[in-house]
Amino acid sequence: MIVGILFIVLICLIIGAIIYGRRLVRTEVTDAVFGNPTRALGGWHWIVAGVSSILVIWLYFSWDAGRAFFPTAANELCQVAKLNRTANPIRSAFPLENRQLRSTALLERDYGQIEALEAKLADTNFNDADRTELKSIIAEMRDTLALQASPSIMDPTTAGKLDEIANRINELAVNISDDNYPGTPDPDREKALQQPAWGETSVEIPPMAITDFGYKFSKASEVMDGISKDFSKIRNNGEGITAKLEGLQARYKGFKIDDTEGEAITAERKEMIKQIEKIYRRIDDGKIFPTAMTQSVEKALINFDDVQKSEQGSLRLIDIFALPGGDILAGNRACSEQGSGRWLPKPSDTLNTFVKMADPDVGYKGIPLLWYEMKPIGTVLEILVPDWIADLIPGEYSRHDDNGKVLNNLKDRVYAFATGQYESMLVPIPIGHIWDSLMRVLAGLFFGILLGVPLGLYMGLSRFAKGFFDPLIELYRPIPPLAWAPLILTIFGIQDDGKIFLLFMVAFAIMVISARTGATGTQLSKIHAAHSLGATKFQIIRKVILPNSLPEILTGIRIAIGVCWGTLVAAEMLAGTTGIGFVENVARKQSDYEIIWMTILLLGLLGLMFDLIMRFIIHRTIPWRGKG
Amino acid sequence: MSDLIADKVNMVFNTKGGGIVHALKDVSFTLKEGELLSVLGPSGCGKTTLLNIIAGFNRPTGGAFYLGNEEISGPGVNRGMVFQQGALFEWLTVAENVNFGLRMKGSDKKETAKKVEEWLDIVGLQGFGDTPTYQLSGGMQQRVALARCLINDPDLILMDEPLGALDALTREKMQTLVLKIWKETGKTIMIITHSVEEALLLGERLFVMAPRPGRLHKEYNLPFAEQGLTTDPREIKNSDLFTETREEILTMIWDMEEEIMGKSNAA
Repeated sequence: MIVGILFIVLICLIIGAIIYGRRLVRTEVTDAVFGNPTRALGGWHWIVAGVSSILVIWLYFSWDAGRAFFPTAANELCQVAKLNRTANPIRSAFPLENRQLRSTALLERDYGQIEALEAKLADTNFNDADRTELKSIIAEMRDTLALQASPSIMDPTTAGKLDEIANRINELAVNISDDNYPGTPDPDREKALQQPAWGETSVEIPPMAITDFGYKFSKASEVMDGISKDFSKIRNNGEGITAKLEGLQARYKGFKIDDTEGEAITAERKEMIKQIEKIYRRIDDGKIFPTAMTQSVEKALINFDDVQKSEQGSLRLIDIFALPGGDILAGNRACSEQGSGRWLPKPSDTLNTFVKMADPDVGYKGIPLLWYEMKPIGTVLEILVPDWIADLIPGEYSRHDDNGKVLNNLKDRVYAFATGQYESMLVPIPIGHIWDSLMRVLAGLFFGILLGVPLGLYMGLSRFAKGFFDPLIELYRPIPPLAWAPLILTIFGIQDDGKIFLLFMVAFAIMVISARTGATGTQLSKIHAAHSLGATKFQIIRKVILPNSLPEILTGIRIAIGVCWGTLVAAEMLAGTTGIGFVENVARKQSDYEIIWMTILLLGLLGLMFDLIMRFIIHRTIPWRGKG
Repeated sequence: MSDLIADKVNMVFNTKGGGIVHALKDVSFTLKEGELLSVLGPSGCGKTTLLNIIAGFNRPTGGAFYLGNEEISGPGVNRGMVFQQGALFEWLTVAENVNFGLRMKGSDKKETAKKVEEWLDIVGLQGFGDTPTYQLSGGMQQRVALARCLINDPDLILMDEPLGALDALTREKMQTLVLKIWKETGKTIMIITHSVEEALLLGERLFVMAPRPGRLHKEYNLPFAEQGLTTDPREIKNSDLFTETREEILTMIWDMEEEIMGKSNAA
């Protein structure tokens, strides 16, 4: 309902924006000439049109709009798919979806194998008597095969069975074109209506018919299933052909394998007989019919398909236009979406999944997306105090006394403090997949800036630093960060440490280079001015070179965030137990397209948020950029 | 006594091609305290080199400069500098630019603020203290640069084509301002310029330099700077003595330029 209204509103927005845009161009006599960049200014209505188009395309090809307007369509198409599926064993015997009649294809295959066998026989070292006998057997086999295609030898009961199949199909065609078919109400309707709705569960589409229209096809599919099974049982094994086959079998079974000419040739003979037997079994299957004999079934099926297609009526149009880019297929137990309806999840389902997962009690794999936990402040501060501080205090850690008591001395207490083992106030600490990803990026970035900027400035100012550190930076910078990942995750572990170090490496190189560019780009006259105003070396770095490099440094941070974000997700996919990349990787293994798309959108939004924050910071802190 | 004494200053650069350039050769002069000197010359005659050495940014390869009997060996607050392009710190406001020197010294904040007000008054930028410098026009930026230099109370003010990037009208106003500051503060000022008119107008003394090797070619003692304090500069410019001197110097510089062109053509 909401999706339907939204879909219509969005289409109206697109049309409105286009009309407004065209009118604007017509009324704007001052519109600049082509090539003038001011022509690209403004145009919020095109933003509306652009965003709406994306949403419309998404709603349309994910079948969300189709579902909103035709909520029962998928269930009905599922019944149609069942009917098609049950007719498939018959259909595949005829050149309807395949290129060749199946009998023709089987004949060609068997002829091919017989030819190959003849060629093989010519290559053997058998004695003349054997060779002649085997050649004769093979020739007879070919005759028998050809004989199956002859109408004259076919058993009349087989022909009758085929005609009966054709009649049953025709009868079903007549039935299905009757609006009242099957005439009795659906006994399972109550149960069918209680199935989860389309898209609610991983079953996707409720398999039992929920409308009378669907029930008609469902019922027809049951009948068709019976016809198909009977059709599959029919074999071209009349008396004439059976006699020939028995004769052939007696001949090759009677062939005496001569084992006096050495092991190799004996084995070759055995192999030859085996091959003959294999081809014989195929011929014995009796799946090859004279061309004319199956014609009635083919005609009946074509007629039936025409009838059932026209019976679908508007459902076919809904399938083509409302559910584009894919089909609904029936499996043994359930029906599923294929094509864009499957891999492009519906926006409403994605949103539902997100809302469900955003609930901290649900989360993903037991970890919320973004929430908080009350933790003692000691366990937070513990990170800041290195544990070895306790080791520096003179003396030994306390030992237990004879009564088995342990009296803590100062050293113990400092150690307890450094490891956060003391009672302290509870404070809310953010947790969850999103927080973990954010924290890793920010930590990597923090260390990258902390070390990269000073080194970059130093390299911009000192010949020694530039020459000494340049090879190091330039050698490792072009290596794709993910190439490091296996090594670094092995050394530092798959948890936060490894990822933060990886991101630090990414951010560090970028920050060094941007800070260096900034320092190198300082105008000499500014440094001269600072000198003659009495600034010391340190003051010049702090008050002139650093602020002068700020535009480059901030741009560097902006780039670094983007690259870190990309690297992090890939690193989380490689290994780890939390983070957005981890969520996506697990969803990938389970082919859960909704969660995959949700993480993609989440990553995009967070990346956009980073960039907007950086743009805001850049705008606020360096308004002078490019104006010096 | 803080006179500026040049004692046989020589400056030789090695070029990348392995040759040498004699940027300054045996430059000797004495600039008395309170004098206003303008230096003129064709491009490449070593004017800026001379100024950079006095400022202490470069060391001469021979000879030395003395300011108040002390040899100049590096940049110092006793020599203020004004550059062609302001060289303002665009991330700071006008007031923060002006008080930069005092802040670096760690002077008392209240006193600094008072001084900044005074100097902004003198250069005609009252009320602009909190304006970011990148929003100012070229002329205003040069006023900030002047105030920034003067607030440090240097003995010697060095100006490297300070008005070169300004439009004609602003330039005239700024010339008057420089004269006013010179008279009111009694500072020694050395101005390098490309413009002959400006050199005449702002030079109590005027050096014309010659290139290859860079050296002092001719010295003038001129009355126009004194007159400029009381008379309209346009009147001075129209006086016979002014036009005569201007033509003489122009011819001189043209000849030098032509000589250089001839030299390079022959080579």
